[in-house]
Amino acid sequence: MSEKHVDEISGVSTTGHEWDGIKELNNPLPRWWVWTFYATIVWAIGYTIAYPAWPMISSATSGVLGYSSRADVKTELATAEAAKASYVDAVASKSVEEILADEKLRTFAAAAGAAKFKVNCVQCHGSGATGSVGYPNLNDDEWLWGGTIADIQKTIAHGVRFEGDPDTHISEMPAFRDILQPAEIVNVANYAASLSGLPADPQKAEAGSAVFAQNCASCHGADGKGMAEVGAPDLTDAISLYVTSEADIERQIRAPKHGVMPAWQQRLGETSVKELATYVYSLGGGK
Amino acid sequence: MLDTQEVERLEVGAVNSARIRQPLYAKREKIFPKRAQGRFRQFKWLVMLVTLGIYYLTPWIRWDRGPFAPDQAVLVDLANRRFYFFFIEIWPQEFYFVAGLLVMAGFGLFLVTSSVGRAWCGYTCPQTVWVDLFLVVERAIEGDRNARIKLDQARWSVNKIALRLAKHAIWIAIAVATGGAWVFYFADAPKLFVDIFTGQAAPVAYITVAILTATTYTFGGLMREQVCTYMCPWPRIQAAMLDEHSLTVTYNDWRGEPRSRHAKKAVATGQPVGDCVDCNACVAVCPMGIDIRDGQQLECITCALCIDACDGVMDKVGKERGLISYATLWDYNQNMAVATAGGTAPITPALVRDPAGGLNDRIVHYHLRKILRPRTLVYLGAWLLVGVLMVYGLLTRDRLQVNVLHDRNPQYVTLSDGSIRNGYTVKLLNMIPEPRTIVVSLEGLEGASMSVVGMDHPEDRSFPVEVEPDRAKTFKVYVRQPADRIEAASQGFNFVVEDKASFESDVYNATFEAPGKSK
Repeated sequence: MSEKHVDEISGVSTTGHEWDGIKELNNPLPRWWVWTFYATIVWAIGYTIAYPAWPMISSATSGVLGYSSRADVKTELATAEAAKASYVDAVASKSVEEILADEKLRTFAAAAGAAKFKVNCVQCHGSGATGSVGYPNLNDDEWLWGGTIADIQKTIAHGVRFEGDPDTHISEMPAFRDILQPAEIVNVANYAASLSGLPADPQKAEAGSAVFAQNCASCHGADGKGMAEVGAPDLTDAISLYVTSEADIERQIRAPKHGVMPAWQQRLGETSVKELATYVYSLGGGK
Repeated sequence: MLDTQEVERLEVGAVNSARIRQPLYAKREKIFPKRAQGRFRQFKWLVMLVTLGIYYLTPWIRWDRGPFAPDQAVLVDLANRRFYFFFIEIWPQEFYFVAGLLVMAGFGLFLVTSSVGRAWCGYTCPQTVWVDLFLVVERAIEGDRNARIKLDQARWSVNKIALRLAKHAIWIAIAVATGGAWVFYFADAPKLFVDIFTGQAAPVAYITVAILTATTYTFGGLMREQVCTYMCPWPRIQAAMLDEHSLTVTYNDWRGEPRSRHAKKAVATGQPVGDCVDCNACVAVCPMGIDIRDGQQLECITCALCIDACDGVMDKVGKERGLISYATLWDYNQNMAVATAGGTAPITPALVRDPAGGLNDRIVHYHLRKILRPRTLVYLGAWLLVGVLMVYGLLTRDRLQVNVLHDRNPQYVTLSDGSIRNGYTVKLLNMIPEPRTIVVSLEGLEGASMSVVGMDHPEDRSFPVEVEPDRAKTFKVYVRQPADRIEAASQGFNFVVEDKASFESDVYNATFEAPGKSK
């Protein structure tokens, strides 16, 4: 609009815009605001020179300060690695027993182990390490392959029935459907149930006692307390990997299930295995 | 009778006047407050001395707390998350004490404002105190009002540059000292003092000093009254705090009007003459650039310097003091009614005076007991209530606390002998600056026992723990109960922690979970 219009009341010229008779006064912007605005423009120009900003064909301009957020992350990661380097070195050079004895080192190793457990182990053992049927609960004090820190380390390092590792734990319970008569299986199952306090027929259990002595005691022990060297579980305690009833025991005697656990040392390295062992040991069941 | 020749008439107009409201975009007009003398000025000097003294000296007060805690009386230890105030030590979770102090400050402000107006603004607000301090420097270097105006209008000369440089240099020195004193509240003052000058202090200390230097210099030296008028919300809030019984600085126009510069001549011609000689002394001393005779205004911080100025003039012309005074709207309206014969006439000086020339007895004067009224009593009550609650809370608070986090995954573990184990993360808070031995025991949960991860204690129902001074100690406790003692899927029991030396103790109500089976 070329015509200059001045508002009668305020004496200020208007912008010429009008809405239903309401005109917009053309007051100047506050000076501090204008100067702040100019300052932001100057700042923005300086910023695009100093920092990566303008998009080019393959990448953006790098900026005279050479800043890079990726480099920042790298530095921060390196700083974090350096900060824990002394602990990691100590874990690498000491035995698991020595790690357990040193409170700070144990705390560090258990924390590192907890993080690695969350990535590598929870798929089978669960996020609370409570396992499930066929996958051992690591919180309790029942250990198929031994519960000392060294035993735990060995189990994690070499796995169980894992073909790729020559040092892996190996044991296999025979399928007794080919060896024993069906009645014998029922009797010995009742005997095994009575050992751990599960409901069982006393007469069959009595009859199964002899079958047990002949066929089972060589691995599970005459008292049924098991043998960690061959991974034979204790049949007398309140914890079992596969069974919660006498019928489960019969099935397990006829055609036993055998779990497999990978060997982790070849994947994660010895230090990580030590950390995992410390964590698992610290869950409360370690011997 | 009147001799107005003795009274110097000042050429000054109110910079901020409701009558001649400046356009919003006008450039700020500088204010050159004249030095005032009188009892309120004396009182303000005293307040300045006390408030600045508290601010600058507090961090240097020492307070012995033994070898395990800092010996600074007032210290905000951000790094260790502790706040020390003489014999009180506050942990972050006790922040409600600080919140309580803020509530008390709020009610205190309401109480003061409803009783004596914006006393906070006029006397103790840091903005007022520092502007006063900056004005002292300005006067000492450039002289009083007239000299300063002259210097401001003068062309740039060596003398002017020298004076200005000196003034701003001292201002900046004060600003640096202000920012410098602030950081001492956050670290050991004597050590930080040395560190700052040797370049050893943390960057955040220098940044804080720099920011506070900038704000002090800008607000106290350059912006002054604009901070109060444009930036501060309190002038807007105060209207809700004031009522007709609140004291405010008031121009008593019922005795001042009609004002006259030539009273003798006016009296001679038989015109009515009020007490105001229109000398503008009240305007000249005003740091806010207002004319109090326009009535109560948003800009007025009630610093009462105009009262001092006017009282001086009244003394000279032989009138009673108090033409400008602390008065309530109630009293003012009463007296105004007297002066205007109930609003039927213009202000008539004869109506407020008795034949002997004194103010007649129909004029009401303020009495202190008017402070006591429901509004102020409610504010006082609320203020006292919060204060008493805080003191009670402070005297009865625990210095030994236990927090327990029950493991959720797993909630319980069945052990090989059939017993059930629950895991708990126990956090012991030793909130005194002395190392302590705390005994943790089980209460309830028959037959259960505890073992602690990483501590070589035999499994038992209680065990001792060493806790560092002023620190929390966290450890994992496994509680185990034999199968035949389990009474329900969920059983309540207590973790009891006790300092056997002081008999201080705390209890945490925990639950013990077991597989859901009936006996």
